[in-house]
Amino acid sequence: MNAKTNARRRITLTILRHNPQDANSKPRLQRYALEEAEGMTLFIALNEIREHQDASLQFDFVCRAGICGSCAMMVNGRPRLACRTLTRDLPAETTLAPLPFFALIGDLSVDTGKWMRGMSERLETWLHAREREADLSRIEERMSPDLAEAIYALDRCVECGCCVAACGTAQMRQDFVGAVGFGKIARFRLDPRDRRDDAAFYELIGDDSGVFGCMSLLACHDVCPKSLPLETQIAFLRRKMAFLSAA
Amino acid sequence: MFNAVFLAQSGLSTRAQKSRWPARLDLLQGGTGLLLALFMWGHMFFVASILLGKEVLWTVARFFEGYFFFGKSYPWLVSLVVGGVAFLLATHALLALRKFPGSYQQWKTIRAHAKAMRHADTTLWLWQVATGFLLFFLASAHLYQMFVWPQNIGPYASADRVWSDGLWPFYLTLLFAVELHGGIGLYRLARKWGWPNASRAVLRRLKWGLTLFFLVLGLLTLAAYMKIGFEHRAQYGERYTPAQVMMSGEDHGRDTEAAQ
Repeated sequence: MNAKTNARRRITLTILRHNPQDANSKPRLQRYALEEAEGMTLFIALNEIREHQDASLQFDFVCRAGICGSCAMMVNGRPRLACRTLTRDLPAETTLAPLPFFALIGDLSVDTGKWMRGMSERLETWLHAREREADLSRIEERMSPDLAEAIYALDRCVECGCCVAACGTAQMRQDFVGAVGFGKIARFRLDPRDRRDDAAFYELIGDDSGVFGCMSLLACHDVCPKSLPLETQIAFLRRKMAFLSAA
Repeated sequence: MFNAVFLAQSGLSTRAQKSRWPARLDLLQGGTGLLLALFMWGHMFFVASILLGKEVLWTVARFFEGYFFFGKSYPWLVSLVVGGVAFLLATHALLALRKFPGSYQQWKTIRAHAKAMRHADTTLWLWQVATGFLLFFLASAHLYQMFVWPQNIGPYASADRVWSDGLWPFYLTLLFAVELHGGIGLYRLARKWGWPNASRAVLRRLKWGLTLFFLVLGLLTLAAYMKIGFEHRAQYGERYTPAQVMMSGEDHGRDTEAAQ
């Protein structure tokens, strides 16, 4: 190892800062320079800045492992999870901004929870059990491992908001359901315990703010940190909903 | 009837179920787009027959006028097809308008979004909007001309239009707008409905390959018409008649009439 490979890179994070709670706050860009460390993620870099340079910097995190979905932000114009982004994969000059579309709390922190809850209530993304009252004394019905796997694959969504922030349709039309919602509908559609049929799902997503509003810009699919098959799921729902009407 | 009007105005509905119309409109938008794109490819091959010789294009043009079926040319048959295409175009444009940015704010948002994202499929959509907007005017103008003067399709008539009537810049712009719009549209349609079940990389290569092919074919064709038009400028208005038809002296439709 020579000295050159050991030399640490200096990186600069330019962060969009604003506090909407403060009437005097104006959106501005602030630059922070720091030394890159081995295996440094954006999440670590932001903590470093908050600890040593600017305690007022706001950003969210919980799990630090890509499971909670709290630390999504725009990294050089694209939504990503800060905890899953290594600084070595970024250029020396990187710009960070809060996710668009969601209500801004301050700096890089946005309220995805409120929107996700609204989406969930609108699309009724919970199990509508076939039986109104669960019989706890009876053994649960069996489910094939393949089906359980398929449901689980869609259940991996962490509601980080990256798909909605990347969606051009959602940016233009605030009432658009967004890929996260379609993913959830696809998940409950698979579930044999859910009593809803396609006609019931049509009531939830069968219009221009639902699946027919999707313009297939496909950015949702490309930025999903959990690599969910959003493109194929939305195409599948579109076919089911469109030909339901033709029938 | 008034009840229905008042209900619609208030945004309410007596139906317990959601309307099926959004589904039908979505299918219709895709369907009309698919038909138009396929028509454009066929159209390009017919027009490009000039590259094989004046007589080939003359034959193709007379074929669509029914000359080989009825022994006489009926240009209104072409008008009929043009009318059908115009109807498809109007339907497609009306339905596609729903997806256009509806305000300056929306336009600004999607522009900034596409610029920041640097995401090919998002940027391609903006190109689709821009070329679609151009086609409102260019395709309409072209269809009007073909509808009203269907008899002016032929080796000399078309070349005179391109060169002596000075329409080559119009056709050049139309060519790029159509090929980009159709290519991107077909690709998006395939991704939207999930068929054919090929990877995005494969479909995108296919899309660019086809777009490039039709652009090159279109440019060569336009160049051929410009060359013929330039050489024919002194005889502007004269119609082409193949040598064997002239020699046989048979009635081959209005081309001789026009030349007389």
